[in-house]
Order: sequence, then structure tokens, then C-alpha cells
Amino acid sequence: MAGMTVIVRTISRILFPFIFLFGIYIILHGHLTPGGGFPGGVIIAASVAMLILAYGLERVLKNNAFLRAEVLDTIGSLTIAAIGIMGLIFGSYFLQNTLPLGELGRLISGGNFLWLYVGVGIKVTAGILLILFAMLFATWGEKDDHGA
Amino acid sequence: MIMGLNYIVAMLLIAAGIYCLLFKRNLLKLVIGLAVMTDGIHLFLISMGYRLGGIVPIFSSEVAPSLSEFAARAVDPLPQALVLTSIVINICVTALALSLCIYAYRHYGTLDTTKIRRLKE
Amino acid sequence: MTSTRNVIAAALVVVIGLALIYTVTASLPPFGSFPTRYVDGKIESAVGEAYLENAIWQTGATNVVTTIVWGYRGYDTLGESTVLFTAVVGVIMIFRALRREE
Repeated sequence: MAGMTVIVRTISRILFPFIFLFGIYIILHGHLTPGGGFPGGVIIAASVAMLILAYGLERVLKNNAFLRAEVLDTIGSLTIAAIGIMGLIFGSYFLQNTLPLGELGRLISGGNFLWLYVGVGIKVTAGILLILFAMLFATWGEKDDHGA
Repeated sequence: MIMGLNYIVAMLLIAAGIYCLLFKRNLLKLVIGLAVMTDGIHLFLISMGYRLGGIVPIFSSEVAPSLSEFAARAVDPLPQALVLTSIVINICVTALALSLCIYAYRHYGTLDTTKIRRLKE
Repeated sequence: MTSTRNVIAAALVVVIGLALIYTVTASLPPFGSFPTRYVDGKIESAVGEAYLENAIWQTGATNVVTTIVWGYRGYDTLGESTVLFTAVVGVIMIFRALRREE
């Protein structure tokens, strides 16, 4: 899959940090404003997909992006399991809120909601990127002659 | 404005999804019909928990002066939480269905459901 | 395209749509009446009202919807994460079989 023209490449390279920062903002403020882990993870995956569209597929095949996405997916799942087991050790049931609740409206408040959202955000990002990579790498390098 | 317009539109979306599932023969169009039907169901679930003259269930000091008044004016938060889960599951089902369509096209050479039934290899 | 089977199927879709609209607007409580629920003819109060009163001082977060997702119904969200993981594994499996056929 070839890349696009010079204008598209420049604009997408300028826009990528802002969209990434916006996705991180929506993940981290999940307990104060609407959003949470799931829409924030999709926004970050969409920004990476925009870069793949602009620069073509040959630049992605050289470094092993597939392995990195699989490792990130597993790290997100293990974070959620670790927070749940911490609730089991210090409290009485799985996923109990044992961190101190702060005051209303601050960023570090609400117990273990913040860390749970970070885990789910990493997991959703890696999952959607893995689906995209599996669909693209399997049909790479074949001619389009299926009788169009 | 007709009260209850949300319900009528949700039922029309479900009926459109059923029409697409019955009448189309292409495999990709069946997946589109499933997605439209799921959207209608989500709209129906969310509009069941509406309060007339209600506010968003997110507390801040400019919207409601005290906690008891916030609880007396806010919209139902429970169907919104359940639909959030359902949207993510809908993504997974659509991704698996589309990849199975690609696999069937590689194996049979066609996407017509009346022809797939007869080719057995 | 106007065979008898297609005409009967189109009429069936129209009948199903009208039956759905009639059922929803006649037997549900009117649009916008949140705390009242009719269960066997008696008026009950909904679960969402208890969540709205207790969720803010019990957890210390201001967003009630995401508190319900992870605080009160955490097991359902854990199951949904498992569904996401399983779907990703299934897609990778199908496309690895496709690449090995060539």
C-alpha cells in the first residue's frame, strides 16, 4: 500500500501529537468528565492508523510492530488482574476499592478508578491495532486479479 | 414535537435491519443489516431512562448546588452504562464477521449466499 | 422481483414494524417518566435512583456512569474485556490461516 502526497504527509505528521495527547486526556479524566478507557483507546488507535495511511505500509513492516502490540495487550490485562488481586489481599472481595478516596473534583481521587482506566485504555488500543495489522499483513504483496 | 419520537425511530431502525436481513443476498450487506439493527436497540435502551427537564448525571458545583437536588433532577445512569459495554461487544462481533466473509471469499470465489450453499469442496 | 414470496415477505416486514410501534407506544410508561416503574400493576422505584443518591459520597468520583461501570458492575466489564481479547485472538487466527494457504 503506497503512501500519499507531500501535503498529506506533512499535515498528518503535525497533527499526530495533538490527537495522541487528546486521547491520553480522555483516558486520564475518566472519573471527572464523560469518556473513560474505551473511547480514549479508540482515539489513540485512530491516530496511529492515520499515520499508517499517510506513510504507506513498507515503513511499518521493517520494525516488528506485531510483537509490540501483542506485548502491550498483555500488559493491559495483567494491570487489571493485579489491581483486582490487590483488592482481594487488602480488603474482602475482588476489585474492592482500597486506595484512599481524595476530595471531590481532583485528579487523584476516587480510589482505583484511575489505574483501572489506564489498563483498559492500553488494552483497547493494542486490540484495535492488532486487528488492523492482522488484516493488512496477510494480504500484503499479492496482485489484485480476483476477477474485478 | 411528538412525545415518544425516540421509540418510533428505534422501531423503524429495527424494522429496516430485519428487511435488510431478509432481502439481500450479498454477505457484506447482511453484516450492514446487523449493525443497523444493533444501533436501533441501543437507542431504545437509552431513551427508556429519560426524565423530563433532566440534566446530565455528572456532578459539578455550577450545575446543581447540592447533592440531594442533583439526585432529584438527573437522568437515569444505568442504561447508559450497559450500552457502553454493548458498543464494545458490537465492535468485536462485526470484526469477526467481516474476517469470516474474507475467508469465505477466498475459499468459494463468490459472495452470493445462494451459490455458496451448492459448492462443496 | 415481484414473485409471491417476495410480496409476502415485504408484507411481513411491514406488519412486524407496525406491531412493534404499537406495542411500544401503548404498553410502556410514557416517554420521560423516569423514577416510576410499573411491575404487575404496582408502582416501584428504579435502581438508578439509589445509584444517583449513594454513588458520589461512597466513591468520591463525580462521574456517576463510569462509577457504575467499574464500581458497582465491575464483573460485567471484566467479562467484556475478555470478549475483546477473544475476538482479537480469533481474527489473528483466521488471517494466519489465510497467509499460509499461499
